[in-house]
Amino acid sequence: MSITYLDAIREAQARALAEDPRVFIYGQDVGAFGGAFKATKNLAQRFPGRVIDSPISEDAMLGLAIGAAIQGMRPIIEMQFADFSTPAFNQIVNHAATLHWRTGVPCPITVRLPSGGTSGSGPFHSQSMEAIYAHYPGLIVMTPATVEDAYSMLLEAVAIDDPVIFCEHKYLYYHLKAEQLPAEAMPTGKARIARPGRDMTLVAYSAMVHEALAVAEELALDGAELEVVDLRSVKPLDTDTVMASVARTGRLLCVGEAWPWGGVTAEVIARVASEGFDLLDAPPQRLNAKDTPVPYHPNLWAVHRPTARSIAAAARRLLQL
Amino acid sequence: MVNTLFNHNAVDEVSSFRDTYVKAYRLMLMARILDDKFASLYRMGKIHGGVFLGRGQEALSVSVGIALRKGDIFAPLIRDGAGRLAFGEPILDAVRTYLGSLLGPMRARDGNIHRGRPKEGLLAMISHLGAMISVVNGALLAHRLKGISGTVGAACIGDGATSTGAVHEALNQAAVEKLPLVLIIADNHYAYSTPTERQFACRSLLDRAVGYGIEGQSVDGTELSACLKVVGEAVSRARAGGGPQMVVARLLRLCGHGEHDDASYIDPKLKQSSVGRDCLKVAEEHLLHENWSDTPTLAAWRSEAVQTVEEAVAKVQREPGPDPYKEDWCALASKHLSEGHGQRCIE
Repeated sequence: MSITYLDAIREAQARALAEDPRVFIYGQDVGAFGGAFKATKNLAQRFPGRVIDSPISEDAMLGLAIGAAIQGMRPIIEMQFADFSTPAFNQIVNHAATLHWRTGVPCPITVRLPSGGTSGSGPFHSQSMEAIYAHYPGLIVMTPATVEDAYSMLLEAVAIDDPVIFCEHKYLYYHLKAEQLPAEAMPTGKARIARPGRDMTLVAYSAMVHEALAVAEELALDGAELEVVDLRSVKPLDTDTVMASVARTGRLLCVGEAWPWGGVTAEVIARVASEGFDLLDAPPQRLNAKDTPVPYHPNLWAVHRPTARSIAAAARRLLQL
Repeated sequence: MVNTLFNHNAVDEVSSFRDTYVKAYRLMLMARILDDKFASLYRMGKIHGGVFLGRGQEALSVSVGIALRKGDIFAPLIRDGAGRLAFGEPILDAVRTYLGSLLGPMRARDGNIHRGRPKEGLLAMISHLGAMISVVNGALLAHRLKGISGTVGAACIGDGATSTGAVHEALNQAAVEKLPLVLIIADNHYAYSTPTERQFACRSLLDRAVGYGIEGQSVDGTELSACLKVVGEAVSRARAGGGPQMVVARLLRLCGHGEHDDASYIDPKLKQSSVGRDCLKVAEEHLLHENWSDTPTLAAWRSEAVQTVEEAVAKVQREPGPDPYKEDWCALASKHLSEGHGQRCIE
């Protein structure tokens, strides 16, 4: 039996619904239809009244989640695409994120953002929003890269007493498979060494982890050992694991699918440069998407975001191969 | 027999309405005196940040608070001091939040009218207008999911907020879910300085109710009797399962947007018109006219309220403010996940 990344997200929600009566799902088309990506398929039938179709009202969806959370519920909000979380931005960053700090009342909401690019999706169905949300105090931002993390981190997101922005990558929905769901997991806030190596640290998260692993495989043929660090969550960001890796390798390349200005790769490099400058044997590098909206055509899209090819080129430059 | 019963009920109803009216008036009076005190403290430089008063809107506001019960949800806005008191917010919460006491519900992290006790149904507004309505919806949906029935949620907004997308989304959401939401719109003719003709083009905001498939009523916001009746009935309809209700009150704010604002833009003709009447004075006249009170009693109520406010302010002025070196500077409930965990401001 094989389980996809998408199956893992559905199974995590089914388990959360089964184990915790406070959990409910609210979003567009999530009910009988099972969601645009079928992440809630059959859940409305299995859990009557707890998987609720919303109007196309992202702001009100989040507002409703906040009110329910105040009353002790644990809502999961499905945004149809991460891009459509912008109409809910106000409720997320100004309300959910500030509630506990202002009032002492926790705001345990999980906001699922189907994120990142897929071929042909264009400017409004491809965005990576993690940096925007990570910027605001009061939010946890998860970016699972594996089937196991998609499952365990989503369960953890529901259990956490704070609003969690759960960036699930659409490209991984069907591509990524595992043999079984995990019985145990690393906690949020800990990065994972996805592949050990001693020559260079390649930091990535979400779908870029797989591009990074492919590059490590490729460069191993040339005798270079790349250490791939999967951040898993970008807030909190596990600076310790990154720094320890850079201490071993002396070189850092950070890769993100999001846009270059500010963002996760900039944050990682800023931290390493300011706290671990003396660990570096070469200037730290980063690779992001181009600073344009995400293009529709596959020829353009293939070059817009980092790929194994462009990452390998950057890694070779850094290693002077 | 039928006649006797009828008459008996009528007497009961009158005396019950009188009691409610007197209670409402005294809460309005308390709110007005508290507001006046905040204005005075502001001018003395004793309050950091803005001061926002409910002067002229107390009759409407108190009617909302009085119609709600324990277990209900209330999302007041910036001019709802009277409604807050009626809902049960302690005077000390208001004073502590305005004066930045560490002992207040917001612990000096937020100020003035941005306060509440969410666990007790009193939501702490954010500044973004219209944002609280869907939050009330969520609390009401949670009640439904938990099998709690008979509760109501009320949200207050002004005419300006009705232009936001948030209000539209939330009203439609409440209508779709048939939630017991009561939306109170205080049409005070100006959103800060912008007159209503620059805010909306419909004949009346009440016309919007039909568009959402919900019930709506209008009321003269300067008349306490009318407000108690119309708001009370709207809350009762929602409580009885009648779905969302809208109440649009016509009134005038008898002060600036905040105490920094001289309100010079308000049309003097409006001030002279019936909409510019002071609801507190109108209520006082009604009490005297109905012989429900007399001048010495009114004066006694006033001095009692003044004393309560003065005592609260004196108490809070002796309380500690926040110490930045004792703040945990952590925005998360899950402290172990905070990036700044253990990081103090002295670093």
